[in-house]
Amino acid sequence: MGIKSLDELKSLRDKLKTDINIRASGEIDSNIRVVVGMATCGIAAGARPVFTAMVDEARMLELGNVTFVQSGCMGACHSEPTVEVRFPGLEPILYGNVTAEAGREIVRRHVRNGELVQNLIIGRPFETV
Amino acid sequence: MSTYRMHLLVCGGTGCQASDSRQLADNLQAQVLMAGMGKEVQVVTTGCFGFCEKGPIVKVLPDNIFYVEVKPADAEEIVSEHVLKGRPVNRLLYVEPGMKERIAEHREMPFYKKQLRIALRNCGFIDPEDINEYISVDGYQALGKVLTEMTPDALLVLMKKSGLRGRGGGGFPTGLKWEAAARNKSDKKYIICNADEGDPGAFMDRSILEGDPHSVLEAMAIAGYATGADCGYIYIRAEYPLAIHRLVIAIGQARQAGLLGENILGTGFSFDIEIKYGAGAFVCGEETALIHSIEGERGEPTNKPPFPAESGLWEKPTCVNNVETFANVPPIILNGPEWFSSIGSEKSKGTKVFALAGKVNNVGLVEVPMGIKLREIIFDIGGGIKDGKKFKSVQTGGPSGGCIPAEHLDTPIDYENLTRIGSMMGSGGMIVLDEDDCMVNVAKFYLEFTCDESCGKCTPCRVGNKRLHEILTRITEGKGTMKDLDNLKELGGIIKDTALCGLGQTSPNPVLSTMKYFWDEYVAHVVDKRCPAGVCTALLSYYVLPDNCIGCTACRRVCPVSCISGEVKKVHEIDQTKCIKCGACQKACKFGAIVRK
Repeated sequence: MGIKSLDELKSLRDKLKTDINIRASGEIDSNIRVVVGMATCGIAAGARPVFTAMVDEARMLELGNVTFVQSGCMGACHSEPTVEVRFPGLEPILYGNVTAEAGREIVRRHVRNGELVQNLIIGRPFETV
Repeated sequence: MSTYRMHLLVCGGTGCQASDSRQLADNLQAQVLMAGMGKEVQVVTTGCFGFCEKGPIVKVLPDNIFYVEVKPADAEEIVSEHVLKGRPVNRLLYVEPGMKERIAEHREMPFYKKQLRIALRNCGFIDPEDINEYISVDGYQALGKVLTEMTPDALLVLMKKSGLRGRGGGGFPTGLKWEAAARNKSDKKYIICNADEGDPGAFMDRSILEGDPHSVLEAMAIAGYATGADCGYIYIRAEYPLAIHRLVIAIGQARQAGLLGENILGTGFSFDIEIKYGAGAFVCGEETALIHSIEGERGEPTNKPPFPAESGLWEKPTCVNNVETFANVPPIILNGPEWFSSIGSEKSKGTKVFALAGKVNNVGLVEVPMGIKLREIIFDIGGGIKDGKKFKSVQTGGPSGGCIPAEHLDTPIDYENLTRIGSMMGSGGMIVLDEDDCMVNVAKFYLEFTCDESCGKCTPCRVGNKRLHEILTRITEGKGTMKDLDNLKELGGIIKDTALCGLGQTSPNPVLSTMKYFWDEYVAHVVDKRCPAGVCTALLSYYVLPDNCIGCTACRRVCPVSCISGEVKKVHEIDQTKCIKCGACQKACKFGAIVRK
């Protein structure tokens, strides 16, 4: 499987880069953070396939500026699975009753294009101090 | 294609493996599989994170959560709580000494805040046993760049411009060293990587080889291109089994990928690397001795000149560089010499890795820009002195270095400054000493080391160091005279001037520097027959304080030589002629009735 040229080496690197980028992304403060509620209620409502679908979508779209993390219970157990999208410096937006397909839509429209997916928004998350 | 969304990085350095991190990684993997997340969560064994004091380390990414002192049994909780439910396991987070808050992210930790990682850039970030991970962080791109875009001459100019200097101790400009080897015409030339790390307490080279072996292989090939060599040797001590293991894997993978061997990347350039095992002799870190050892001769130094660049391995032009020096090369080429020379002090560019050890809270491996103050390393990164004791001195440069007192804590660290204050950069060992350390005894310890490690070829080193050690022993036994102190100074100077190689020329440094900065302690040993730090057993005695002694017989019972007399409820007494000064009685006494004077 010898690498024959610098170009081959570069394309191999680009192919492998996505995985490593996930590692580094947590330290990039300018990244968009997508937080999926993964407490018992979230998991029971199917948060895990939503999470993986969103990660997968971002990967397919080659979005490098987003970090996916999970959180504990966000208190919106009635609307699980919940997904919070935080653009740096902006108010976070909370989506509820997110399915895998809806998760992909959020990645496509909100994360990539910056437009809100109005019909899924369940409100602003609580104030924190 | 994988869909890993979370990475669990487990430290697989020697230190953490000694604390069971391999079992921990296995357990994490098993728990992840059991939770049905084998395709979502990747467990990666990496190289050293540097924070060895609190190992084993587990880092969860992209959440950026840093767990310390993780045991194999903690794997279940990490997976069921954090990985599955997104709740970080609070009890495994780091607590800064003297603070209450737990710190979740490593970049918030004072230990990491002042660090700048160039040589250690991939340690604790990639799996050292997988060449693909190295390639994904721009691995071998620097080699590709020089082979396709640069002439060897242009590469030499770049290296000289960067200001990189040898990280093994001497601090010789790397670009000049390469240039010297390049200028000498020969049918065969060699590149040698000096991985014979011998300073007590230093482990940066081992950690780089364990955590990022490919960076060294890549840099050796680059050096081969610059100098016209097609063959490299890594001289590593056999007592580094994990580093060797990972090097063997890395060399195999690099050959298979066509990044070592014939016609690399289709450019016509060929370079291959072989590993040579050393038996762990300190003197073999000296380049001429190292070369003889590779040739199968005794590991003894020879006179320079001729320098290895003219006549080295098998009398061919040879370039010997240290592991850490090599690890700096790929980033310099990718980011440019201006980037590198913008970091550091005026004459010492870039960063230096220090192995922080001794009486400091955060023992570990730290990489800092040159020019940082000793105080910042010891008190900010190192978290200060253990148990709130008072700082006394820091030993840098290993057996060739010296002890730096508190008055020089604000000296910016670089090659010139350390030499000016009587120590040296060395390979970067940094041993912190506190008020309980006796400086005469410390000097004696290092002399003992050099006596053991002297190859015996030249008289000043073989005999002179022996005499230095004898005089120091006399002093610590309370038999020293002021004349001995004069002799130490004179003999030390003679050895420095006349020894054959770097080992002998620097071996009196620990004595001379402690005499310079801690003269009072030497005088106390010689004149007052007293060891101020209470270390030299011959110079101290244990006494019972009659007012505090209640006659409980606890001390009498633990005394191994039965030299304590006294009945129940009567004041005990220690027979000074029989006492072996083991201190057991003092530890046993609950009433503070036994004192050491």
